[in-house]
Amino acid sequence: MDFLAYDFMQRALLAAVLIGITAPAIGIYLVQRRQALMGDGIGHVAMTGVGLGFLLSTSPVWMAMAVSVVGALIMELIRWYGKTRGDIALAMLFYGGMAGGVMLISLAPGGSTANLQSYLFGSLTTVSPSDVTVICWLAAFVILVTVGLRRQLFAVSQDEEFARVTGLPVRALNLLVAVTAAVTVTVAMRVVGLLLVSALMVVPVAAAQQLTRSFRATFVVAVAIGVVVTLGGTVTSYYKPVPPGATIVLLTIAVFIVLTLLATPLARRRARAATTPAGDPAECAIPGQQAPVPSVRG
Amino acid sequence: MSDPVITLRKVTAELGGRPVLRGIDLTVGRGEVVALLGANGSGKSTAVRSIIGQVPLTGGEIEIFGTPRRRFRQWARVGYVPQRTTAAGGVPATVAEVVSSGRLSRARFGLLRKADRDAVGRALDLVGMADRAKDSVDALSGGQHQRVLIARALAAEPELLIMDEPMAGVDLASQEILAATLREQVATGASVLLVLHELGPLEPLIDRAVVLRDGCVLHDGPPPKAVGQHALPGHDHVHPHSAADAEPIRTGLLS
Repeated sequence: MDFLAYDFMQRALLAAVLIGITAPAIGIYLVQRRQALMGDGIGHVAMTGVGLGFLLSTSPVWMAMAVSVVGALIMELIRWYGKTRGDIALAMLFYGGMAGGVMLISLAPGGSTANLQSYLFGSLTTVSPSDVTVICWLAAFVILVTVGLRRQLFAVSQDEEFARVTGLPVRALNLLVAVTAAVTVTVAMRVVGLLLVSALMVVPVAAAQQLTRSFRATFVVAVAIGVVVTLGGTVTSYYKPVPPGATIVLLTIAVFIVLTLLATPLARRRARAATTPAGDPAECAIPGQQAPVPSVRG
Repeated sequence: MSDPVITLRKVTAELGGRPVLRGIDLTVGRGEVVALLGANGSGKSTAVRSIIGQVPLTGGEIEIFGTPRRRFRQWARVGYVPQRTTAAGGVPATVAEVVSSGRLSRARFGLLRKADRDAVGRALDLVGMADRAKDSVDALSGGQHQRVLIARALAAEPELLIMDEPMAGVDLASQEILAATLREQVATGASVLLVLHELGPLEPLIDRAVVLRDGCVLHDGPPPKAVGQHALPGHDHVHPHSAADAEPIRTGLLS
């Protein structure tokens, strides 16, 4: 545990844990809405913000946040209004954001795409004390939203139409999810990088649901996985010359694979429990024949 | 019909530039059970979705409990059951979690107190799903799924139920449970507007049927008499079948 003696490692670990908590916490709502790749899209758009930060000699982190919040809001608006051509519009937004970042950074004085490296893939060990302060505030915001409004966000992400009839401010909540996701992406940018951030939002949730049946348990397990892999990846990169961002993502995928293998017998047992008795008595079979369960979905 | 809970006057709406509702007049009185019938594409789902504000109007007006829909805020008085083929999201959720979201309209700031949890339990009891409360909704059959969606609507203890094809894809056992649930709600004074493809086991409950065709009201009055497949086994409700007066009403309206 000698790594704890170094200030830069303390900061790296704190930043990593906060990302491990916040990325799956907002990611679960994106997965629930079947928008798992939205984090990836925001990451692409944030590139333009990073480029703009370099060009204007302001903080790339705050610029990335401003641009990705705007990008996330545009994506949400496209989802409302552009039903048929929505995916094309989103693709243009994603790749336009990426290309814009590369273009702007090359225009910046003394700028080259080499500057992008740390934003694309993270640079955890260079997190400064002021970075840590920013990350703490942003993480507090994300946790407040994702935990404090969990019932509302659950309802909106589960069934938007029904949520509207319960009187929930559906549009405001959707915009809040988009903004929170954008904030999380820029927070995670320093840890895993813009290109890998979506993995931390999605894969822990996917891994958790191999074991869980409820939303609450999925939330708790996904956050636990997020914390374990971010800490594990950071510590690994202290001992071995490997990049922390990539290590964290590969660890997350390894956890997913292990849990999937473990869960297969569990799922089989549950499926058996669900099909034997206690089911609908109406579908009884003619004696000597296996009960035909009518498929109700086409 | 002195005290309507839903009023539609000359309502028009389009979907993708195509007129779907072309001047619908419809009222549901307090304590009344009204079935909205019609073929696919006749506009019955659009009519219901315009009432809950999911489809914008191009003309006409809608009132809920006497308040113009735009200014209507007392959504806890309305229970809505959307048309569904799949209601599962991308993340597992238990039956209790899904039904609890129906209680949000009564829960301040999304906090569920004991009274709220009791209401959720009662709603689950009503549809016979209390023993499945902790199961994932993914593991349910289509009929059980529909019962969960109805429990979700009932969790707010609404005075008005709006249901879009509650019987679609539902096995017979669940149909009977749903009919019994609805009967109980009506007995306690609830008003109901439901979209149906056919009257089925709900027929004895229905006070009035409104038949749509091409976005216009074709018939507003007593429900058409059931014939044909309603005489099949499983439809054990008893009502006099008089082929002579049944046939003409049915022809061309519902098929």
